[in-house]
Amino acid sequence: MLYREVGEYKTSYAEDSQTFPIKFDRYRYFFVLLVGILFVPFVINDYWAGAVFLPFLIYAIASLGLNILTGYCGQVSLGTGGFMAVGAYAAYKLMTAFPDLNIFFVVIISGFVTAAVGTMFGLPSLRIKGFYLAVATLAAQFFLVWLFNKVGWFYNYSASGQITAPARSLGDFLITGPDATPAAQYLFCFLFVFILAWIARNLTRGKIGRSWMAIRDMDIAAEIIGVNPLIAKLSAFAISSFYVGVAGALFFTVYLGAVEVTEAFNIQKSFIVLFMIIIGGLGSIFGSFAGAAFMVLMPVVLKNLLVTQLGWATDIAAHFEFIIIGGLIVFFLIVEPHGLAQLWNLLKQKLRLWPFPY
Amino acid sequence: MSADFLYTIEVILNGLMAGVLYALVALGFVLIFKASGIFNYAQGVMALFAALTLVGLQEGRVPFAHLINATFGTHVHNFDWTLPAVAAIALTVVVMVLFAICVEKLILKHLVNQEPIILFMATIGLAYFMEGFGDLMWGSDVKKLNVGIPQGGSLWFEDLTIGWAAEGEKFYGMYIDILDVWAAVIALVLVLVLTIFSQYTKSGRALRAVADDHQAALSVGISLRMIWVLVWSISGFVALVAGMMWGAKSGVQFSLSLIALKALPVLMLGGFTSIPGAIVGGLIIGAGEKLFEFFIGPLIGGATENWFAYVLALLFLVFRPQGLFGEKIIERV
Amino acid sequence: MSKASISIGGVTGKVPVMEIKNIVLRFGGVVAIQDISFDIYEGEIRAIIGPNGAGKSSMLNVINGFYHPQEGEVWFRGRKRAAMKPYQIAHQGIARTFQNIALFKGMSALDNIMTGRFTHMKKGVFSQMIWKGSAEREEYENREIVERVIDFLEIQHIRKTPVGALPYGLQKRVELGRALAAEPQLLLLDEPMAGMNVEEKEDMSRYILDVNSEFGTTVALIEHDMGVVMDISDRVVVMDYGKKIGDGSPDEVRNDQAVIDAYLGVSDN
Repeated sequence: MLYREVGEYKTSYAEDSQTFPIKFDRYRYFFVLLVGILFVPFVINDYWAGAVFLPFLIYAIASLGLNILTGYCGQVSLGTGGFMAVGAYAAYKLMTAFPDLNIFFVVIISGFVTAAVGTMFGLPSLRIKGFYLAVATLAAQFFLVWLFNKVGWFYNYSASGQITAPARSLGDFLITGPDATPAAQYLFCFLFVFILAWIARNLTRGKIGRSWMAIRDMDIAAEIIGVNPLIAKLSAFAISSFYVGVAGALFFTVYLGAVEVTEAFNIQKSFIVLFMIIIGGLGSIFGSFAGAAFMVLMPVVLKNLLVTQLGWATDIAAHFEFIIIGGLIVFFLIVEPHGLAQLWNLLKQKLRLWPFPY
Repeated sequence: MSADFLYTIEVILNGLMAGVLYALVALGFVLIFKASGIFNYAQGVMALFAALTLVGLQEGRVPFAHLINATFGTHVHNFDWTLPAVAAIALTVVVMVLFAICVEKLILKHLVNQEPIILFMATIGLAYFMEGFGDLMWGSDVKKLNVGIPQGGSLWFEDLTIGWAAEGEKFYGMYIDILDVWAAVIALVLVLVLTIFSQYTKSGRALRAVADDHQAALSVGISLRMIWVLVWSISGFVALVAGMMWGAKSGVQFSLSLIALKALPVLMLGGFTSIPGAIVGGLIIGAGEKLFEFFIGPLIGGATENWFAYVLALLFLVFRPQGLFGEKIIERV
Repeated sequence: MSKASISIGGVTGKVPVMEIKNIVLRFGGVVAIQDISFDIYEGEIRAIIGPNGAGKSSMLNVINGFYHPQEGEVWFRGRKRAAMKPYQIAHQGIARTFQNIALFKGMSALDNIMTGRFTHMKKGVFSQMIWKGSAEREEYENREIVERVIDFLEIQHIRKTPVGALPYGLQKRVELGRALAAEPQLLLLDEPMAGMNVEEKEDMSRYILDVNSEFGTTVALIEHDMGVVMDISDRVVVMDYGKKIGDGSPDEVRNDQAVIDAYLGVSDN
């Protein structure tokens, strides 16, 4: 089957504005979903879950969130790590304070808590813009990490200062704790990714998404069409933080199980998620996934290549990782500021014309 | 004078000294920002890289020793020579100039006319690259840096101040690190030299012209690319000085690049475009965070230096978005 | 071509939509607008002309809330308007275009014009999250109106093109489309024909006249091209150095000695 839109005539606005206007894309999307639900859970093991699938799914949520704020609404945030920490610690406090609360709701409520905190730190965005705002979000990053590190209430005064996720299950399946199976954890994260990506797509294609993009592209013109900058920016901060908070909660409860805040949610985390959306594509849902996949897979591949194959010391491989990530960021910004998503689109454009390019 | 009062003065003095170093890093930011509108996140990593190179050259380390050993199975670490500090500093300056040329050729040239935020993100990428590159080149162990600046507490100052306390109070004099004093003096000299350079030399005038208006500067025949190399070289030099001072104080290691982050709130206070702003902002942040840690820190768990500067700058910005000395932002419709 | 012959909305009712009363606007020591009063009737095309720096754009900015005058009042639909933010004024039904095109560069022409419907879309965040159902319905109802605007402006072919990639004249048209999509009660146009060639100017004039006659939209515009202004507008305000020096029908203004001296005669415009 050729990749064509020929023969597909749109007769309603609904058909014209659907997510995957070309049939082939729609089939591929359902195929990925089916593989994700019906195939992966049966073959997944600890290594693949820990090294690839769980981090990919969780980072995809975080980068969807940051993309809403930065890619769609144009507000650069360097506080993602701090907000993920809010999600993680909210989940911990909820799990320990209400042992009977379903883990699903623990994650959701953690998202709402983070949304509240994120909105608070988003308030300065009404007065300050651009780099100033980016730097201001660092205040959130450092302050929040310090708070969770220093104030005993947040880690229940544990001697190590760590937080550890108690075992919780959804139905018959253990989701958190050391005995949870990778398949259950994977499906749990998959569920969140699916719902949140669907919501992100809906939000960004409608009125609220257009109001974000209007603020991003030209805030003065946004005001004259009736967009209240206060509501547009704060809603972006709130929804973005919700996503990031959910990612943080999953990162702690499902993925790591035990967390030390200065290690797990430091400034590097903020940068990694930022890099995901730059490499993947600012203002693109697909880009959030592509960037997350890239940033998760690259260290794994490098480690396999350099350490396992070539036998180098891990620290040299780590240095190379920095060099490659940094180089790629610059490369992408120079060659294609819209990231992998744009490259993907260009490829599809070519494919639509293939094999007769004129 | 009561001992508490003297302690407060001591805290302020030490804070101001630390502030001078913040100001020094901030200065590098301001220079690049004024000349090219680029918010150079890599400034702190440049300081780290410069300090690493300085140590490496001084001690005669083999660049990429780790990598060479891993690839060829050799065991090279050091050359047989060591360099005097002055020669090593001079060579490091050359390296930083080369670095500036590379940045211009490989990055800036291709990103002309991009939005500022894209350039900002590119410098974050650059910072990552340099961090890996510096560590790969010189190894990631903590290094001692000694370029002959004296350090340690000043006994003279301690003796001088010990008599200030009121009769019967326990006070052992104020502690001031000689290195900090040197750093303050050098930073002052550097600022003076830069001011003279930008006011009275041809390149300096060109620099200011570019800062005012890129297009107009181009139209009178100033080469933008030359200016960029120049300004990145200068801030490479400023980074070297900052890296030297900080490295001598607490060793050359990864955390050195984090001082860049400390310079950010300094910039927010002082405004991105003002050299005096960078200095005053640095002093305010330096003294402010030490005072806050001294008085409030013990009540809330300490280590407030991690965030105090940012929160201070954030609150400040909400009320005065252009910073202390920044030009007023006028939005035209 | 005289305006009166083709106007349907016309100036028949003479009901003022907007009354500007004794506006004074200062920037520091500079007086941009000095005690200006005029009114805009329902359904007319009202032009503001004057040499560069006369304060025309400042006047528009006062009307749609970017600037807040130190003295004077703005009356809209018979009511004195409190100091409002631009987005609140947009919700009252005032739309505008800009002298230097202010489109959303990252969005397609269609999306840009859809943003114009912002004030008419009421569905909340949660129905948008679910999309299916009310939010989707609302989206397509508004899309229909936008498609009508697109047809009207003859820009069907560039619907899905990112506006950054469009030529200047089409960008101007898309910007007009965005303002029209809001179905405004008062449409402000800041130099709609700046930088256009003769054909483009004729097109744009036609659109403005059609908007006025077909939808009955009240238009206030600033324009440099005297010929165009005299042809399409019902009444003209003439400004110079922040003061009003003339007000009346194009013919009256054309023959006003003060206007000729201050504007047509002396200035190089």
